[in-house]
Order: sequence, then structure tokens, then C-alpha cells
Amino acid sequence: MSKDPENIQSIIATDCGSTTTKAILIEKVGDEYRLVVRGEAPTTVEAPFEDVTRGVLNAVGEVEDLTGRTFIKDDRILTTREGKDGVDLYVSTSSAGGGLQMMVAGVVKEMTAESAQRAALGAGAIVMDVIASNDKRQPHERIQRVRALRPDMILLSGGIDGGTTTHVAELAELIAAADPRPRLGVGYQLPVIFAGNVDAREIVKDRLEGKTSLDITDNLRPVLERENLQPARLRIQEQFLEHVMKQAPGYGNLLKWTMVPVMPTPAAVGSIMQLIAREEGIDVVGVDIGGATTDVFSVFGEVFNRTVSANLGMSYSISNVLAEATVPNILRWVPFDVDEADLRNRVKNKMIRPTTIPQTLEDLMIEQAMAREALRLAFDQHKLLAVGLKGVQQERTISDTFEQTESGGTLVDMMALDILVGSGGVLSHAPRRVQAAFMIIDGFRPEGITQLAVDSIFMMPQLGVLAQVQPKAALEVFHKDCLIKLGPCIAPRGTAKAGTHCLDVKIEKADGSKEEMSVNFGDMAVIPLGVDEKARATISPSRRFDVGLGNGKEIHTDIYGGVVGIIIDCRGRPLALPEDREERVRKLTEWNKALGVYPET
Amino acid sequence: MAHAYTPGLKVSSRTIFRKERRLPLKGEVLVKVGDTIEAEDVIARTELPGNVQTMNVANKLSVLPEDIERHMTVKLGGWADKDEIIAETKTFFGLFTSRCRMPVGGTIESVSSITGQVIIREKAIPVEVNAFVDGKVVEVFENEGVLMETDASFVQGIFGVGGEVSGPLHVVASRPDEVLTPGQITPDMKGKILLAGSLITMEVFNKARDVGAKGIIAGGLGDADLRNLLGYDLGVAITGSEDMGLTLVVTEGFGQMTMADKTFDLLKSKDGVKTSMSGATQIRAGVIRPEIVIPLGKGTGGMSEDVLKSSSGLTIGTAVRVIREPYFGAIGKVTALPPELQVLKSEAKVRVLEVEFGDGSRSVIPRANVELIED
Repeated sequence: MSKDPENIQSIIATDCGSTTTKAILIEKVGDEYRLVVRGEAPTTVEAPFEDVTRGVLNAVGEVEDLTGRTFIKDDRILTTREGKDGVDLYVSTSSAGGGLQMMVAGVVKEMTAESAQRAALGAGAIVMDVIASNDKRQPHERIQRVRALRPDMILLSGGIDGGTTTHVAELAELIAAADPRPRLGVGYQLPVIFAGNVDAREIVKDRLEGKTSLDITDNLRPVLERENLQPARLRIQEQFLEHVMKQAPGYGNLLKWTMVPVMPTPAAVGSIMQLIAREEGIDVVGVDIGGATTDVFSVFGEVFNRTVSANLGMSYSISNVLAEATVPNILRWVPFDVDEADLRNRVKNKMIRPTTIPQTLEDLMIEQAMAREALRLAFDQHKLLAVGLKGVQQERTISDTFEQTESGGTLVDMMALDILVGSGGVLSHAPRRVQAAFMIIDGFRPEGITQLAVDSIFMMPQLGVLAQVQPKAALEVFHKDCLIKLGPCIAPRGTAKAGTHCLDVKIEKADGSKEEMSVNFGDMAVIPLGVDEKARATISPSRRFDVGLGNGKEIHTDIYGGVVGIIIDCRGRPLALPEDREERVRKLTEWNKALGVYPET
Repeated sequence: MAHAYTPGLKVSSRTIFRKERRLPLKGEVLVKVGDTIEAEDVIARTELPGNVQTMNVANKLSVLPEDIERHMTVKLGGWADKDEIIAETKTFFGLFTSRCRMPVGGTIESVSSITGQVIIREKAIPVEVNAFVDGKVVEVFENEGVLMETDASFVQGIFGVGGEVSGPLHVVASRPDEVLTPGQITPDMKGKILLAGSLITMEVFNKARDVGAKGIIAGGLGDADLRNLLGYDLGVAITGSEDMGLTLVVTEGFGQMTMADKTFDLLKSKDGVKTSMSGATQIRAGVIRPEIVIPLGKGTGGMSEDVLKSSSGLTIGTAVRVIREPYFGAIGKVTALPPELQVLKSEAKVRVLEVEFGDGSRSVIPRANVELIED
């Protein structure tokens, strides 16, 4: 990029999702950058277009219509500014290819292979299978698996530095014998990244160079106690950009248009989540729920984890949400009777026509029920992967005895969590912000006091890539136009009999006004407190409940409001909905009414 | 603001249909440019490397890996039949012999002096590609395949299961909203592709398979039936390799769906005509939709080319199909395209259009919920 960042006045940033392409126009107004308008259009990877840039032009065309200005010339984005027309900078992210489909291989399933899996997931990939020397499969079965799956890339790890080379050689021999062909393109060599024992590099080269596009990087587990995933993750992202993304229809053209490389959407959103954590020094969980994938991010104690649930999403992957969650789990969130056959057909019809949106209230409720399950499943996967290192001697105290798990526990601590941030069409475009808040609460089940926020119009991906070039513009727009604070959620941990006393909350606002509320177990409530409005809160849980300091311990704290207000969720943790269908529908209706989630019909 | 619209599926009575036919690996192309061939004709052939088996010979013979090469009786690149000895050691003046036999017939592909592992490649698997449609070879991709071209009627389905088939089209349903009964499926339908109405039921599917039909085309299919047919819940829609006995193509969606008149009438007019059909569907980037191709045959030349082309977008008068509840499947014409956002019953603020349906009634629909009816 040759332009001086200081002189950038006008920016177009696009995000090519699997289903929708979004364009935003950012401009310098006085001394600060602000969002001007947003346009969107269906992503055009299907016939008759089969060229992602057509969707980009359509989305930017909407921006043109809304501003009455010209940003497209000769079927390209005008990247020289001429008066009010054109822009100084064009950047883009993309997940239109539907993610990266990889296989990983390592020596021991629970150790290097698992580290390799974490590296691949952290790089935004789908892991189709994990091959390990001890995975109990016959070698020929592993070979057939490689052939049948036709991955986009293979990450080969194995052995700590100075450790075994025999097993690594065996894995390399298997990959070579399988002679894997990538899914896209004849005469294209499959990228294989080796991130294992340094002593095995020559052996791996000997077996794979020439047969594959071999790339060697630092060992992702150089010693037993330490993972070093970053070099492998960066290499995966490089290979993804260089080899896999280009293969999607029209990417070659898009790469020529943008002034900095096209960034994979999960990498861009991940950088924004890290920014939030760094700026405030807080623990963050974020989610971007898309059409094909759901990406979950967490920062706990400065440790960043990113997982991509490649087959959980609201359009292309919605049928897989149903398959994984099962029908009863979807229906438990729907406050009216739905026939199972009807639900199944609706979900499949959304899958085959992914760009459609709910027109009726019932349809919206079903879609939001699906979203809750997609979020829950994606977060379960995240918790599983965001774990401490296995194979490391852990010191344990007597009090840990009953909580000992087989290996490293998850780093995700819902009680310690400060903020939950949601992005993605179903959350950003929910007709009422409280709907987004409710979906996030039901999907993630925060405990204690947790601030909730949502991406205003689904533009975190674009801001993530913009931050690489013009961080000032990205930050200003992020704070002023992107992040919508929904308000804090107070959710005590514990359970009791329905109707028993659970929590008292006293709020003293800056203007001296006070509000008090007593909430029973099984109920939800909301106390209005505007955006950035500060209040002193006294939260007194009854003896079976904990809001952060222990059972029955009162908390005094400052809290800040949001567009929804203070949400009090006394449904208990772990969250259990009534088993009886009629009772469940009654409670769902009651909660929706208490929070004003849906219009009264 | 006519940018955001969903292009519809192609339904054309006459078009130039072109199809690339390629081998998965490089091989030999058996036809040349200008050849007129039939759907079943093989156009290219190759051999896939055989499956691979491994055997740790060093362990079996109890020798060090670096020594196995000198114990191999069949050398690198050599062929051995099943049970043939490929390595042996003799100890104690030849009194004790350890032998290693081939688990399958194959070629010795590699002998590793590090692991002691021997990789055996089984016999090559022949792979052939046929023409898929009756037509002409218009381009040859050296060592890979050909581009076929045919003057044809063409219908794109929305979803399918099963692979490529060809056979005469047999019109069974008399109306696009009809639901067939098993009794309507008769033994003379063997080898044919059946045109059903608005729904394929399990009973009809089973009967059609029993009589040996090659495929069924219908407006809709229930997802619960799809699960029964496949034996699992289809999570990600990547189909085409199912072995269910016949190929299914659905033109409208899931559930009972009246087939669009235009599609039904076109197919109905082709009763008895040889048809090629593929159920392969991939609903992800690089979408693949199922195809129904009915070549027009000789003596129909002289038409202008009408290959897939991009549409001009939504305008007043454009014919559209609603693709979501509450008007799913209804067909009408666009009567208004208000530029401002409007609030739906779901409270979402979106761009909409007004549609006039066949009965003269009008409704406001989100633009995202209609697709163009392509000519």
C-alpha cells in the first residue's frame, strides 16, 4: 500500500461471507473516522456468476445508491478519489470459501496431534480428521481416509525436538503413499506443513518434497511442557491465503483489487477481540456466528484462543446444527408448538436457499432457537480446545481432588469473564437488541456479572482488517459505531426449587435515584440503565447462590448500563429448562414478556 | 437498489448445454473434437494407483530395519501375488527360516530402512469417464477429458441425491401438484426417469427402485424421508455419491411442493425422450446443483445460443418465485420496488418488493425471499 495513512479520507471495506457480502463506507469527518453507510448483497459464488467480486460490486452498488456517489468504475472499485467519488483505501476479508478443510497428523493423539489440532483450529481451519500413530487404525485405513477426504492442507507434527523420528517418518511415508489430491484443481500440489521434531526435517523432506508443496516451520511442541503454536498457525494462514482462498471462484480478481492482502474473516474478528481485551485489560469471550461457520474467541489472563466450528452456522450449515443439536434441543427454545416434520423441512429449505430471511414472527423465533443451539455447540467446542497443556505435571491441592480431570481443564471461566461480545447476522440484525442479548445468554450461559455487547451492524470483520492498515480509523469506528453495549447480565450460579428466593438487587444511579428488586429462582427481570450510565449495585444472593464471591456472599460494585439495561437471570447455573412441554412453553413466554423480547401478539 | 437479489434456477426449453468431463487423474482421451457420441460412451480412461498396504517386515523377521533390504526376495518395484514370500531370513545354518508373505497381490513400492516398513501397492484401479449426455465433442483437454456440447432442454434442480443416470423420461404425474401412489409405478418403468408431481414419498421411492427405475423428479421431498433414505441426518449438503438404487432430483424444496408450471410443462412435453440427470449437489462455495438435460436430437439446429447468462436484476414485471414462508412456492410478478426499508411482522427492517400472484392478490415480501424465474 503506497498511500500515506494520514491522508486517507475515505475507505471501503468489504467482508465476503459464505452467504452475504457486506460493504461499509468509512470517512474522516473533522478529525475522526466514522461509519457512513453500509450495503449488502448475496455472495456470488454460485452460477450464473461464480465470481465473488460480483457480490462485492453489488454490495458497493448499494453503498452508491445510499450515498448518491460513485465508487465503481469499469466494473472495479474506484481506488483513486476524485471529488466525492472513489475511495483512498479498499480492504476486504473473506470466508466465502466456506473455511479451510485440513487434516492434521501427529505422533501421540493426546499430545502432539492435539497440539496440531489446536494450531489448525486456531488458524481458522476445519479439522476433518486427526491421524496419530496411536489412533488404533491400520495404516491402509489412514491412507484411504486421506484420499477420501481430499483435504485443502495437511499439518504434520510429531515428536519433541530431539525425540522420536521413527514415527514422524512413518507418518510422512503414509502421506506420501496416499498421494493426496486437493479438492480444488488438477495439477495443484497439496500444501503440507511440517511443524515437528527438528531432527526429522530431512527425513520428511526426503519423503514429501516433490510429491507435495512442503513447507517446514518451527516445532509446535518443542518440549513437552510448552506449545509453540504461533509459527504453525501463521504458516497455515499464509498457505490458506496463497493456496486455498484463491481457488474459490473470483478470488484472483479480488486479491488484485485490495490494497492489502485479503484477510480470512476469523483472523480479522480475532484481532478485534484481542484489541478489546488489551485495551481494557479484561477477560473476553466473543463469537461471530455466520452462515457456514461459527467462530469463538476467548482471552483469559492474556491467553488468546480462537476456534472455528466449521459446520455450525445459520444458512449453509444450519442443517448440521439440527443434526448435531437434535430436534428436542431446538424445540426447547421455541415458545409455541411446532411439528417436527415441519421444523425439519423449514431448516432444510433455509439450507438450500441460504440468503432468505424470516418474514413472520414465528419464523424468527425458530431461527433464533437454532442460533441458541449453534452458539451452545460452538462454545462447547471452544471450551474443549481452550485447555491447559496435557502431559504436564500439574500441582494439585486437596481441594482440587474432586475436580480433577484427566488432563488440562478448560481455561474458560464463566465466573471470571468480564464481557461477552456477539457478532454475525443473526445477532447484529436481530430486530430487537434484547433478542441478541437473550440468544447470547442462552448460548453461553454467563455466570456472575458479565457485560454483554453486540456488533451493531455486523462489521467487526472489516474493522479487523482495517486495523492492520489504519488502526486509528478502525478503533474510532469500533468505539463509536460498532460496539453496542447491551448491559450487564447478573446470573447467579446454583439451583433451587422454582419460586424460592434467589437474589436481591439494589441499584443507586448517579442522579441519586434508587431501584430495588427481589427475584425468585426460575425468573428473569430487567432494570433499565442506559448506555454508559454508571450505578452502584448491591447484589445479595441467597445462601444457595453465588455471584462471584461465594454462596450467599453479597457484592458491592459499580456497573454500567446498556441499550437493554441490567438483565437479571435467576434461571440458575447450570441452566435447566422445565422438562414438561407445557410448563416450558409457559416459562419461555413469561421470560420473553419480562424482558420484552418479542412483540405481544 | 436492484443489486440484492437471488438469481433463480435455470429452466430452459432450448439452450446450448456444455459440460466438462474430466478424469480425476491424467489419462488417455478416447475421442476427438467433432465426434458425435452418446451419453454412455466412454470418453477418457486412466488407472488409479491401487490401494496401499503396509507391513513391518523388520518386525516380522525380527531383524533390524537397516538390514531388511538384503532380506527382501522381491525387490523394490517388483510384483508379488497374495501369499508369495517377499522376504526371508535363515539362521542357524539355514535350519530356521522366518518368512514374510504378501497379504495381497501388489508391487513393492517402498522399503524403509528407518522403520522397517514395506509399502505394497495393490493393482491399479481402472477409472473411466462417460459423456453424460448425447452430443458433440467440442474441445479436448489433453490427457484429462473433453467439453461436451448439446442442443438441449435444461432444468436445474434445487437439491438431489444419487449420481449420474440417463434413460427415457416417463411422465407419471398428470398435474404438478399430484402426489403419486405406489400403484402408479409399474414394471414397464424399468430403466426410466420418472416425472412425479409435488412430493416423493418413501412408498413411491421404494416401488420405483423395486421396478428398476433410474431416477425420479419431483417438486418436493420430506426431510424425514430423506433421513430414512440415507440412514442418517444430512448435516452438510454434499451429495452425489449415494448408492440408493436411483437418483432423486427435487425442483422446489423440502416438504410437499407443487412443481412450477413452467418446469412441469417442459418436462411433460418430453415424455419418452432420452434424458440425462445428475443428483450431485454441493451447497457451499462453488455450489453444484442437480441437472436434468434433455438433448433435442438431430435436425433441431439453427437456433441462437442461449447459454447461462447473468440476469439484469429485479425490475417491475420480473417473474419471481417466493422461497420462504408464508408464501413459499407462490409465483408472481414484481409490481413495486420501494427503495426505503420496511418493517416486517418479525419487526426486521429490510428492503422489500410487492408481488402480484396469479390470483390477482398482492403481498409485500422481503427481496431476499424471492428468486428470479430464469428463462
